[in-house]
Amino acid sequence: MTSSAAAEPQRYLEAQIRWRPLEIAFWLATLLPFVLTPNYLLLASQIAITALFALSLDLILGYAGIVSLGHAAYFGFGSYTAGLIAKWGWGEPLTGLIIAAAAAGVLGYLTSFIIARFRHLALIMITLGLGLLLAEAANSASWLTGGADGLQGVRMWKLLGMFQFDLFGTTAYSYSLAVLFLLFLVARRVIHSPFGLALRGIRENAVRMPAIGAASPAHIRKVYTIAAVMAGVAGALLAQTTETVSLETLSFQRSADVLVILILGGAGRLYGGIVGAIIYMVARDQLSGINPQYWYFWIGTLLVAVVIFLPNGILGGLARLMPARRSPA
Amino acid sequence: MIASAFGVLFDGFAYGMLLFLLSVGLSVTLGMMNFVNLAHCSFAMLGGYVAVSVTNDLGWPFLVSLPVAFVAAAVASVAFERLLYRRLYRATDLDQCLLTIGIVFISVAVAAYVYGTIQQPLNVPSYLRGTISVMGQSVGVYRLFLIGVSLLVTLLLVATLEYTRFGAQVRAAVDNQRMARGLGINVDRVFAITFALGSGLAGLGGALAVEIVGLDHAFAFTYLVYVLIVVAVGGLGSIAGSFVAATLLGISDMAGKYYFPELGAFLIYFVMVTLLMWRPLGLFGRR
Repeated sequence: MTSSAAAEPQRYLEAQIRWRPLEIAFWLATLLPFVLTPNYLLLASQIAITALFALSLDLILGYAGIVSLGHAAYFGFGSYTAGLIAKWGWGEPLTGLIIAAAAAGVLGYLTSFIIARFRHLALIMITLGLGLLLAEAANSASWLTGGADGLQGVRMWKLLGMFQFDLFGTTAYSYSLAVLFLLFLVARRVIHSPFGLALRGIRENAVRMPAIGAASPAHIRKVYTIAAVMAGVAGALLAQTTETVSLETLSFQRSADVLVILILGGAGRLYGGIVGAIIYMVARDQLSGINPQYWYFWIGTLLVAVVIFLPNGILGGLARLMPARRSPA
Repeated sequence: MIASAFGVLFDGFAYGMLLFLLSVGLSVTLGMMNFVNLAHCSFAMLGGYVAVSVTNDLGWPFLVSLPVAFVAAAVASVAFERLLYRRLYRATDLDQCLLTIGIVFISVAVAAYVYGTIQQPLNVPSYLRGTISVMGQSVGVYRLFLIGVSLLVTLLLVATLEYTRFGAQVRAAVDNQRMARGLGINVDRVFAITFALGSGLAGLGGALAVEIVGLDHAFAFTYLVYVLIVVAVGGLGSIAGSFVAATLLGISDMAGKYYFPELGAFLIYFVMVTLLMWRPLGLFGRR
């Protein structure tokens, strides 16, 4: 990034937005599960959803440098919104998805006014506290959310009036992957815009940005709302494809998991969350089969190793191995 | 059942003292080195398991197991500090968070492997069980003992910090690390000792906690949130702040559980978020 900092900003951004062959190959490869592992399409759908959730965290953490320990709040809020709409008799997936996205966006916009005021430990604790507050509220309001039993009775209609959500997950994966790709395009556009550059400026030096005239709080509010919308969509996808919503969607565990996923893959790299989600979910699926309790031993070891040996995540490590090629930043 | 206001206050205060023991070390080390050590409660959990092991398996008296838990947690923390933490003093908050949460994950899995996932029983000697009557109110002997130990530790801590040379070095390093280095104070050594002491106190807290809140493999996770709340609300590097915040949290949590059980933990999270929005640096934070 530093090498081109002196060049024309416009040309720099234009160079960044060009599609690389590796990226095109990656997205083509996401179609492989339909052919190679048709029995694992439900897992693939979960991976796509987790990837979208991690991508939304990447926007605020990887680009704007806002560390959040409560990002599951928006995921769970979207999830419950989508689930409740379907439960109350409107099972159309796409409109449900949009309504859930809007609801999560409103919640994100409202909380962003708090978020933009704080940094460091206070920010981490406030995001954590807001997430826990929402989880406790959902737990208490069991007449609405079903409490610890989860939301029952979610029935989805056919997608586009044609495709039933089946047991094998063909529809679920197609649907999740399509939504992930669309929102990935949005995220890619956002971070390769001047607005995206401003976000990176906030990450690099939060004090200097207002000093050179950037409206940092407004930028933070904007990106936080976008991230909340994306997290809400991810949650809604989970509710619609599994036809149930549990309190776990709002839990601290989910916030921590998505952070781990993003860091494993590499934060601030756009593909980091997706790569992290693939590795994490596949590893969990395989290792939990052996012994679910010790899964955390391996994920903990992996985290320590990544922080000590690969400070920029797996993608950062790969990028260092290939110094001639510039990684998609 | 409506508990008496005195009973709630007393139990809440005892609980708060426990939280204070668990969190004071983290507060001081965070204030000094800005090192976000989320694994602090793992050392507390270690202390708890050590106390359970030496009393149940080796048959040592409970009162002996407390200093053993302190020493075990302190020694373990020194090893971690040397091997892992030292590399990351200059790293970002996020890296420190991730490294230490990785250690939490590992410690939880190791505890589940060694001790299983059940609650660990601890045989408290008979003279610490039951209740006695103080001014017409019946109070638990063990809680009284817990409060006594915590107040003693607090007095020792304050005396060490205020009246010894080492305490002066710690205060200097918390106030301004670079200036302290410039004056020839070996901040790394001071920090290592403080870190060991703080983790030892967490270990002691963990050992004392077994009787009150129980001990299982998820302890390091469950109490991490409480400890972080105490540290953030009290302000970094402030013993008085941790004391006040822990007492507040203990009493409000206990009051919430007695009077509004349907709200769950809603109340304490709400108190924390409101307090932090009012004072982002905590009640006693200065920077």
